[in-house]
Amino acid sequence: MSQQILDSLKYFQPETILTVTFCVAILADLIFPKAQKQIGYISFLGILVAILFALRCDFGNGISIFSNMYAVDAFSVFFKVIIGISSLIVIAFSLQSDELNTKGRKLGEYYALLVALTLGMFLMTGASNLLMMYLALELSSITSYILSGYMREKEDSSEASLKYILFGAAASGAMLYGISILFGLTGSLDIYAIQKAMTSGGMNSITLLFATIFILVGFGYKISAAPFHFWTPDVYQGSPITITALLAVASKAGGFAMMIRFFAIGFSQPTVNGFVNIIQGFDWQMIIAAISVLTMTLGNLVAVWQTNMKRLLAYSSIAHAGYMLMAFTVMSNSGIAAIMLYFIIYLFMNLGAFYVVMILAQKLGSEDVEDYKGLAYRSPLVCVVMALFLVSLTGLPPTAGFIGKLYIFSSLIAEKWYWLALIGALNSVVSLFYYVKVFKNMFLKQPEGDTLSITFSPYQIAWMMILAIPTLFFGLYFSPLVEYAQASVKMFQ
Amino acid sequence: MGILTWVTLLPVLGMIVVLLLPKDNKQLIRWTSVGFTALQLLISIFILMGFNKGMAGINTAEGFQFVEKANWMTIKGVSWFGTIDIDYFIGIDGLSVMMVFLTALISLVAVISSFTIEKSVKGYFALLLLLDTGMMGTFVALDFFLFYVFWEVMLLPMYFLIGIWGGPRREYAAIKFFIYTLAGSVLMLLVIIALYFSVSYIDPSTGEKVHTFNMLLMMNPANYDVGSIMYGANTWMRYLGFLGLFIGFAIKVPIFPFHTWLPDAHVEAPTAISVILAGVLLKLGTYGILRICYPMFPDATAWFAVPLGILAAINIVYGALVAMAQDDFKKLIAYSSISHMGVVLLGMAAMNSQGITGAVMQMFNHGTITAMLFLIVGIIYDRAHTRGLNDFGGLMNKMPKYSGIMTIAFFAALGLPGLSGFISEAFSFLGAFQSTFERDTMMKITIFSTLGIVLTAGYMLWTLQRVFLGSLPEKWNGLTDIDTRELVMLVPLAIIVIFLGIYPSPMIDMMTTSINALVEVVRTGSGVSAAMLGK
Repeated sequence: MSQQILDSLKYFQPETILTVTFCVAILADLIFPKAQKQIGYISFLGILVAILFALRCDFGNGISIFSNMYAVDAFSVFFKVIIGISSLIVIAFSLQSDELNTKGRKLGEYYALLVALTLGMFLMTGASNLLMMYLALELSSITSYILSGYMREKEDSSEASLKYILFGAAASGAMLYGISILFGLTGSLDIYAIQKAMTSGGMNSITLLFATIFILVGFGYKISAAPFHFWTPDVYQGSPITITALLAVASKAGGFAMMIRFFAIGFSQPTVNGFVNIIQGFDWQMIIAAISVLTMTLGNLVAVWQTNMKRLLAYSSIAHAGYMLMAFTVMSNSGIAAIMLYFIIYLFMNLGAFYVVMILAQKLGSEDVEDYKGLAYRSPLVCVVMALFLVSLTGLPPTAGFIGKLYIFSSLIAEKWYWLALIGALNSVVSLFYYVKVFKNMFLKQPEGDTLSITFSPYQIAWMMILAIPTLFFGLYFSPLVEYAQASVKMFQ
Repeated sequence: MGILTWVTLLPVLGMIVVLLLPKDNKQLIRWTSVGFTALQLLISIFILMGFNKGMAGINTAEGFQFVEKANWMTIKGVSWFGTIDIDYFIGIDGLSVMMVFLTALISLVAVISSFTIEKSVKGYFALLLLLDTGMMGTFVALDFFLFYVFWEVMLLPMYFLIGIWGGPRREYAAIKFFIYTLAGSVLMLLVIIALYFSVSYIDPSTGEKVHTFNMLLMMNPANYDVGSIMYGANTWMRYLGFLGLFIGFAIKVPIFPFHTWLPDAHVEAPTAISVILAGVLLKLGTYGILRICYPMFPDATAWFAVPLGILAAINIVYGALVAMAQDDFKKLIAYSSISHMGVVLLGMAAMNSQGITGAVMQMFNHGTITAMLFLIVGIIYDRAHTRGLNDFGGLMNKMPKYSGIMTIAFFAALGLPGLSGFISEAFSFLGAFQSTFERDTMMKITIFSTLGIVLTAGYMLWTLQRVFLGSLPEKWNGLTDIDTRELVMLVPLAIIVIFLGIYPSPMIDMMTTSINALVEVVRTGSGVSAAMLGK
């Protein structure tokens, strides 16, 4: 037993590195209270090293460690890279954020918690035991609660944090309840054992339905799928924008990774093309299809009415979760690859949009769409880049967002889910309406009041380009991304 | 790089140059744009001269000319997902050769007519040049992925061109255009994916099955995998696939009931953009139907002949009736476009050589004639700042040169023999009268459609009378006749209109071989042999 734990440790290096980074950051904060930025650099470095170690951990068919608690495979490595890169970018954003770097705020803990959050999300990608899943979810949730309320002096930041806690507590409670029912049904917490129990049949399908729905509440809350999305707009609006960006990308990636593993291993059997549902008389794919339709339609329709950029992007992120859920519905390898591809692209375009909103807010003092009027005459480059991100979020060629959508629709059509593909396609037309609203204000309106041009530092422009160039480039040349995603769908069975 | 790549990407090059020029030197930006579009026109004339009339194209790669094919992306397959092959594959045949010329011509005219734009000149010309590439690329693309990329590249510049430089209701018009077109193109995207999964070929070098976006391979029924979505003939999935593509293109044409974006877009757009919109963009819709829907879905095409005829008749008659009710000069021309595009559709619904020849000719002729009409509206609007038809009168004496050119354009639009509009309308109606499928019904539809000709003559002459004849209102005494720049853009168009009206055979010869091949593809593909049609 102890030998096995020792053997497992060498596959657990990325997580160990993050844990060490977390401890170092905390200690550094205690010993050198003045060295706020330096702690940021340490965290950046720690996460970077963790990603490099994660990339080394690709072992063909994967491996299960700590007595089937945790899987290390191409699938989890992929999501770790996504999560790690978004955390890196968010730390870079945080270092230049004016709202965070105010006098008297201690940021040492902030970076330490960010590392802990990253660790929690790393654990979500590999968790293969319901208990482990729950713990990983809680680790990432609790750190998110603190981070979203980090700007104590601002009322809506505290409000966001409190709402987040209440929703999170209810959702994880429901999930725990679902887990306990499932444990009662199958006699195991290990998803491999659950799959065996499912295969032997004889399960009461009503009870199973209940258990699944309760567990879905937990997953749905993490990826902000409707109807478990109610926390999203308020939390996104109130949190520091850096945390909002992280929640919109990395947190969703972790949630998706965990959910896909749960259903693909626990409830299905692998086939050549992907997975098939093994549960007789219980079509959970239909439940997910319904959630996806609800999520994207609601996200898109409500986004149309938003004027606060953070809120608008919050609803847009709900809609994007809906698109990805569509691809998950089909449970094929191509669907999972499409989700993974979408995450790479979503990482660049969504973080890019948040970054532009952040640097504009620092100059304009506002995150309201109405205050963007005529901005293109004052700061053309930033507006063109923002238009690029928004066009990509809409999914128009020649941007990367189009490729993401293309692969999602392809996976649906290949598995003959035509009606779902049609709803998804029409949804992207609706989404155009609110994305256009942003650049309508920027380009079509005349500036009101202040007409002086706004300049940005070369450093800010460089960061904008780091996110903008892949958004355009991967729209024109995407074969490496697709090949990487397709090579990474392999989960430890 | 071949000549077609040059003709397509030259405007993008121009865009980059324009973006690098200093913002305040407006004249330099304008002349640079003129330079690039003029060069494009020159290249397109070389293409016209080098075009071999004997090669058919349509569904055979060997029949295309100026072909350029390079691998763009190959995404290696995995066990559960085949290799994907996306090519940079362009070429032209008789269907597209005139469209390439038209695009280059109209783009140059539009650039010249944009000299009056004073607001953010740099951005304007950059977007205009990008739009040019989008249009040209769509006409030459033979890979569906490439086609779709070019097709969508047009949307954003168009949105901004209407939205920033347009009239009072420009925001509404721009977003309406954008949403309508995008709705059409997502449907198209779904069908493209379905086609992609249905069509495959065996790579001779590796023996591996490769899925492809190559349009020409999608036209051969033998390439469809057995049991795939679009496999077979006359299945519901194929009908739906046809309709998905058709709606995508119909919105662009626009075909009733998807036409409502057009009058708004036209009225709000600046003159040059109206010219491009009516002159080239609308043709992309009908071109798409001919290039893609017809040869890929011949079975569904035959099934859809009568509905298409009915839609054509509605476009012709309804467009003309609404045009007649307009007081706004530009809106009148916009609705006349709907009516005239109906003639294109009628010719297409005939599905025989005469009809489709008429349709393609009408695409070109309408492009030149309507460009003239919109320029004419723009010229009077620049001077009088109103487009109300009832505000004018007696301009004939005040602006003789202007009136002369306008008369040519008007008579060409109403189909006066001796001008180009007549030839194409005659061919379309003639073709529709002896159409390939459902001849009796089509005959009735054609007879009903001829009503449109009368109505067109009605509103065109009435407009002519209201604007040019009668007495000149006091307030227009200060109007000046057209200047050299305006003549430079109008006269070449007028010459083309007159020349093709008298001697249309050079144009007809360009397209005959291809159109015969297209008709044959539709006939054989629909399962109707020539013998059964009584030929």
